[in-house]
Amino acid sequence: MCRLFAITSKTPLSPMIAMEAMDVMREGHDGSGVGLFLRDLAGPFEEMKDAPILSGIFTDAGIKRLDRYMMDLGFMTKYKISIKVPKVKLPGTPKRDVYLIRAYEYPEEWEALPKQEVDNRLVSIRLQLRAMGEEEQDMIVFSFWPDVIMIKEIGDPMQVARHLNFGRQELNARVIMAQGRQNTNYAINLYACHPFFIQGYATMTNGENTAFVPIREYLLSRQVLGYTGYQSDSEVFTHILHYTIHHLGLGLETYKHIITPLQNEALEKHPSGAFLKQLKHSCRQLTIDGPNCVIGCLPDHSLFMVQDRKKLRPGVVGGKPGCWAFSSEICGLDAAIPDRDKSKDFQPMHLDTTIVGPDRQEIAICSQTDPLPLPR
Amino acid sequence: MLPDRPITPSTLSVKDLLWQVLWDKDKCTLCGRCTAVCPVNAIELGVFRKREFTASLEPERPSTNVYKVYHGIRQKTDPAYACVGCAMCNQVCPNDAIIPIRSDEADKLRFHINRGGQPRSRGGRRNVPGGLLDQIKFIRISMLTDPALDAGRHEFELRTLLGRMLPPEDNIRFYKENGWIPPVREIYPLIIGSMSFGALSPNMWEGLQLGVAYLNEELGMPVRMCTGEGGCPPRLLRSRFLKYTILQIASGYFGWDEIIHALPDMQEDPCAVEIKYGQGAKPGDGGLLMWHKVNKLIAAIRGVPVGVSLPSPPTHQTKYSIEEAVAKMIQSMYMTWGFRVPVYPKISGTSTAMAVLNNLTRNPYAAGLAIDGEDGGTGAAYNVSMNHMGHPIATNIRDAYFNLAKLGKQNEIPLFAGGGVGKNGNLAANAAALIMLGASGVQIGKYIMQAAAGCLGSESDRCNICNIGRCPKGITSQDPRLYRRLDVDMVAERVVDAFLAFDMELKKIVAPLGRSTTLPIGMSDALGIGDHHAAERLGIKYVV
Repeated sequence: MCRLFAITSKTPLSPMIAMEAMDVMREGHDGSGVGLFLRDLAGPFEEMKDAPILSGIFTDAGIKRLDRYMMDLGFMTKYKISIKVPKVKLPGTPKRDVYLIRAYEYPEEWEALPKQEVDNRLVSIRLQLRAMGEEEQDMIVFSFWPDVIMIKEIGDPMQVARHLNFGRQELNARVIMAQGRQNTNYAINLYACHPFFIQGYATMTNGENTAFVPIREYLLSRQVLGYTGYQSDSEVFTHILHYTIHHLGLGLETYKHIITPLQNEALEKHPSGAFLKQLKHSCRQLTIDGPNCVIGCLPDHSLFMVQDRKKLRPGVVGGKPGCWAFSSEICGLDAAIPDRDKSKDFQPMHLDTTIVGPDRQEIAICSQTDPLPLPR
Repeated sequence: MLPDRPITPSTLSVKDLLWQVLWDKDKCTLCGRCTAVCPVNAIELGVFRKREFTASLEPERPSTNVYKVYHGIRQKTDPAYACVGCAMCNQVCPNDAIIPIRSDEADKLRFHINRGGQPRSRGGRRNVPGGLLDQIKFIRISMLTDPALDAGRHEFELRTLLGRMLPPEDNIRFYKENGWIPPVREIYPLIIGSMSFGALSPNMWEGLQLGVAYLNEELGMPVRMCTGEGGCPPRLLRSRFLKYTILQIASGYFGWDEIIHALPDMQEDPCAVEIKYGQGAKPGDGGLLMWHKVNKLIAAIRGVPVGVSLPSPPTHQTKYSIEEAVAKMIQSMYMTWGFRVPVYPKISGTSTAMAVLNNLTRNPYAAGLAIDGEDGGTGAAYNVSMNHMGHPIATNIRDAYFNLAKLGKQNEIPLFAGGGVGKNGNLAANAAALIMLGASGVQIGKYIMQAAAGCLGSESDRCNICNIGRCPKGITSQDPRLYRRLDVDMVAERVVDAFLAFDMELKKIVAPLGRSTTLPIGMSDALGIGDHHAAERLGIKYVV
């Protein structure tokens, strides 16, 4: 089973915090891979919050192709982090040429574009690069979005972290999400590695979504740019979140109602029951089924955790004002924030959505039985 | 045979018949029950002549013989009275002295049951054993990352939706703006399909209704039953049980006067209205209730004279196209109940089903589509229609699902599959396979007749006389001498048994797949089949 860890902190932290938490939770994952998501970046990226950052893995030939492609589009490199790969290859990890984290300057003609158009174009470019990479096997692109860095690799999280020197100052961030373990259901593929990301929304999941195929078919049929890929059954969680908030205009508290709707008896008693019943019916195809703990991040830097209908996966949230962590296990939390008030740790149950907002002051818990801020 | 006995082309021997009645003289008590019970008069009391020879051992006394007479059972060889193999004779025989046996070769009867130029018609279904649904396996068993669920202890929400679903964006907008949101029913995914009050005997129909009411009110299973064409008893129309009933309107419009008259007195809305355009067993053919079954009660409910055959035309005579039918009929049915009742069409499985479906996707009122495949049962149809026409349900429903997925509307128009579901007894497995291929629910007819009332029909042309009202069990007869054989309460009890057993089996299928909170509609990754072409055609895994 995978292990998840996420932290949001007022002061920028090193991703090594997450790697250490992952390391103490080692019994829960087999060390077959790691995915890292960084946002609200510090260091050099602090000054360029609007610049889109490309993260991925490239061969030497791939990087040349990338440069040509980006130059043709009018993107100029603004800043880059070079992760120099040590000469001695990490056992079990494929040989890579370059791990790329590069911030770009938008093309001039983009300046007049509305935000939505810019957002869509960024997704298009990421998809185009991914397709180019899949064609020639020379690029793997994880994200192309302002203020976001993603790194994924096969291997033991701690070894990969040391190998690639995650401890460097430039990688410090205020929001960090990490997942330990590669996808085990289908072929080993870095695109199947959590966290998943689309237009500011990121989630990572622990478990298996048995309703994956119908949900994938439904999402694909929405004709939304970026609803594609699906190398993992968990990628749909990110897209459902994006769909709920971005397309349906609903709040985060509704996300849980969409993926795990209440049963009818509960809906009848619910103050917003009439609306929720409509939602349950019209979004029936998005209901997930299976044991899942989902940790996610919104564009406003909120972090949240939700559980499946039966609460079959572990998950705990704890911390102190200014710094909160979401972890699969309490030992992970202990490693990251040992000086918190442990009596306040919260383990969300099957009805709860636990949210730490952008102010990082407290844990907000909303239960599915609470009234919803309705659109009417 | 006497040498001067006439031999015509239709002179058959017992050997030429499909079923041969074996009778044991030594066991028979000549009670006559078998001949009394035989629904087709295939056997009669016979007088047999026998020569008894006594050989003398003394030369002076000659040997003698006497001619004696004894009584027994004789099987008629007239094609009109051919045994149908129902074995009611065996059921009533106190000594097991009689039993029909199926011929060991293809019968010659089939060439002769078209007397007067009338091709054979019968009830039942295709009489082809086997079928694709039984070959499908559920291959995706959750083991490690996703532990299997416990069918006995976990909560399950295996409900389906009947009604037009709006896309989420529209639904939220309409809700905000107080717009009209089409009615949606949450129902159990196994529906008792359309078998009319005229086709079934009053005892059978009442038993089914009673069972359905019990399932709903005592066990909390929202099971629904479709009336079939021919209306509904007035008392039911005015009762609270109407909400468990799907009213069918077919091209003969039989019984709709009664329904319309009952409208002002209705306490509840019906669950839905089904407009029948076709039936799987005889696609492109209308309905037919033969005169044998039109007694006083049926005539009164249907608003027709007693003792006349009631054919429904193959099409709705007032409509010339599905577009028009959808536009007019669906809408006027909605209007009848104040836009509170879902209305959907039922068609036969055919390669033209996609055209109908595409049309429905553009109609905001269409509440679903029921497709009845070639193995569907029917009350009365020509043999040739039943055996040689129609489309198997699995591919039809799969095509329909893919079609909806392509349009992004797979959640919006629920598909209901019927036609041979559970015909070999594997009801839950067949139903689950169809659901995972894309059906929102399944309809059963003959299965419930077999399970709840002991219908004798089989997939090898046994019985199949539902059409002429001589059902030996009294299931499809309007003759009180026959239908009093059926105990209403026992039928109800068996309906409940069958549904509860189905429910448990369905859970035993979905729980190991890790599904419990939604019906696994379209979960095709769980399906496998050992036939490469079928796997490719259905878009499921090929496993050997």
